[in-house]
Amino acid sequence: MSRLLDQLALALGRAPRRPEKVTEAAAAIHAAKRGKGVKGGELLEDIHEAHENHVWRNRRWIVLITLNLLFTLSFWIDIQLLEGSLTASRLFGFHLADPYSSLLVVLSEKHVPVNLAIGAVTIALFWGLVGGRAFCSWACPYHLVAEWAEMLHLRLAARGIVRDHPLHRATRSVLWLLFALLTFTTGYTLFLTLNPIGMLSRALVYGPSLALAWVVLLLAFEVLYARRAWCKYVCPIGLSYAFLGAKAPVRITYDLEPCAHEGECRKVCEVPHVLELTIKGRAEDAKLDVGPDCTRCGLCVDVCPTGALRYELKGVKRLL
Amino acid sequence: MLRGGVAAVGLLLMQPLAWIPVVRRWRERLRPPGALEEGAFLGACIKCGQCVQVCPVEAIVLADATDGFGLGVPYIEPRKQACDFSCDALSCILACPTGALSHAVHTKEEVEAGIARLANPDACLARKGESFHGRARGDRFRGKLRYEEIDRWTPLPVRDHPYDRPICDLCVIECPIGDEAIRLVPLDDGSGQRRMTPRVRHGCVGCGVCEMICPAEPVAIVVDARAEHGEGRGRRRGRRRHDDSGEPAPGKDDDEEDET
Repeated sequence: MSRLLDQLALALGRAPRRPEKVTEAAAAIHAAKRGKGVKGGELLEDIHEAHENHVWRNRRWIVLITLNLLFTLSFWIDIQLLEGSLTASRLFGFHLADPYSSLLVVLSEKHVPVNLAIGAVTIALFWGLVGGRAFCSWACPYHLVAEWAEMLHLRLAARGIVRDHPLHRATRSVLWLLFALLTFTTGYTLFLTLNPIGMLSRALVYGPSLALAWVVLLLAFEVLYARRAWCKYVCPIGLSYAFLGAKAPVRITYDLEPCAHEGECRKVCEVPHVLELTIKGRAEDAKLDVGPDCTRCGLCVDVCPTGALRYELKGVKRLL
Repeated sequence: MLRGGVAAVGLLLMQPLAWIPVVRRWRERLRPPGALEEGAFLGACIKCGQCVQVCPVEAIVLADATDGFGLGVPYIEPRKQACDFSCDALSCILACPTGALSHAVHTKEEVEAGIARLANPDACLARKGESFHGRARGDRFRGKLRYEEIDRWTPLPVRDHPYDRPICDLCVIECPIGDEAIRLVPLDDGSGQRRMTPRVRHGCVGCGVCEMICPAEPVAIVVDARAEHGEGRGRRRGRRRHDDSGEPAPGKDDDEEDET
């Protein structure tokens, strides 16, 4: 339980720190690895080359694009499967709604519309099972374009043209509260006007609009100044899903024993603070779940040469 | 932490598109049936566009960034495509998950989207005593309307339905509400000519069909969005707006006598 609280605090913006207690099993593995270099040398290079793949990323992109196309096609060719956009929709007539957007509407209206409550609870339960912030990487269209912007950012950064300026991660928590408070006091849902997820989702369904300029501006900021800034430091929708999926059975798990501690996973991760446990000597147990801020994007699984990081459906069996 | 705070405030101020209407003059939009009072409506709308999807005549569109505070919020541009209540069921209200389009409205007669106003009386063909023959809005007009006598279920393009009226009364004959909302009355100006004028009555719900169908250019009759709940109708609060030209709105001059 305390580890869960610890992980939630991490998601809210607290800096990662060394564990106070380490289990005997983990301590034994740490001791065995002590003195040996972090890198695995040539052998590991070979494994890296052989392992070079984008399995999870490709699966994810297919799911994300298909899901968003469902919204588009439901309107364009009128198949009426999934009507609406990502903030609220109906699947075969059954209401679905984004929980944080719904919360804002409730704070604005000062009462709870039944259909909205049904929609928000359904979505909360769904992502509560299917991995919380998995919404971000498997459903959110902004995540996809931000990933492309991130590739550009990394390429430019490698050439020394741009540099990442990390902001404080607690910004997101502050904004979560601020948007909620503003809505409650003014009755105006400011966040829904700023929300690039809604803009993109609506643009995909109802056609492009001038509002996309804001999305382009955000992406430019991420390319030129702060890597993945919206997802990491702003998005209250993402933070909400992190909490909703804190106990989700679909998760990334970490195995201390095979880990070579190279840190490749942290380089590709949107939220590297959840992977601090892969730093040599940090893991408090031989086998750990990656924390709630993890988007289950699978980039670390793809990049890990030793299989230390894996997708797992808790309580059932290993997926891969 | 300080950095975070600065970023937070910066973000709020940065969204340049939201401030456009503050700089520009705020434009009042005609909202879909059942919309709450404007301020509450903007807050309650989750901007999902489900109302857009269910509308059979596609009257509802979502506001773009130039509408700033109303970004992603639905409105109706009646001159392009009015709400003709083709759906009967007020589908947009039923589709709305948040009640921004209020479920308290059950029939088209209960809608209070706005109220029609004879904005350009000089353009009105009836007031000139003129007939109307042909397509109401020309060959290229894309708007649709339900012509119940032809097809009860499918709205048809207005351009496929030419009119032949001895005196232009399209706004009256196509009004989905009917006599309670608008009627044509003789205009006795002592000239001896057979001139008529549309008179907007207490039943007007502001659907905008009269504005869409009006063959005059510039359009003679327009629909003003109501600003507050219950303020759309003369019967409740009296007329809200004066004619832009400063002239009284002749079409509604005699409203009060209808309402006794």
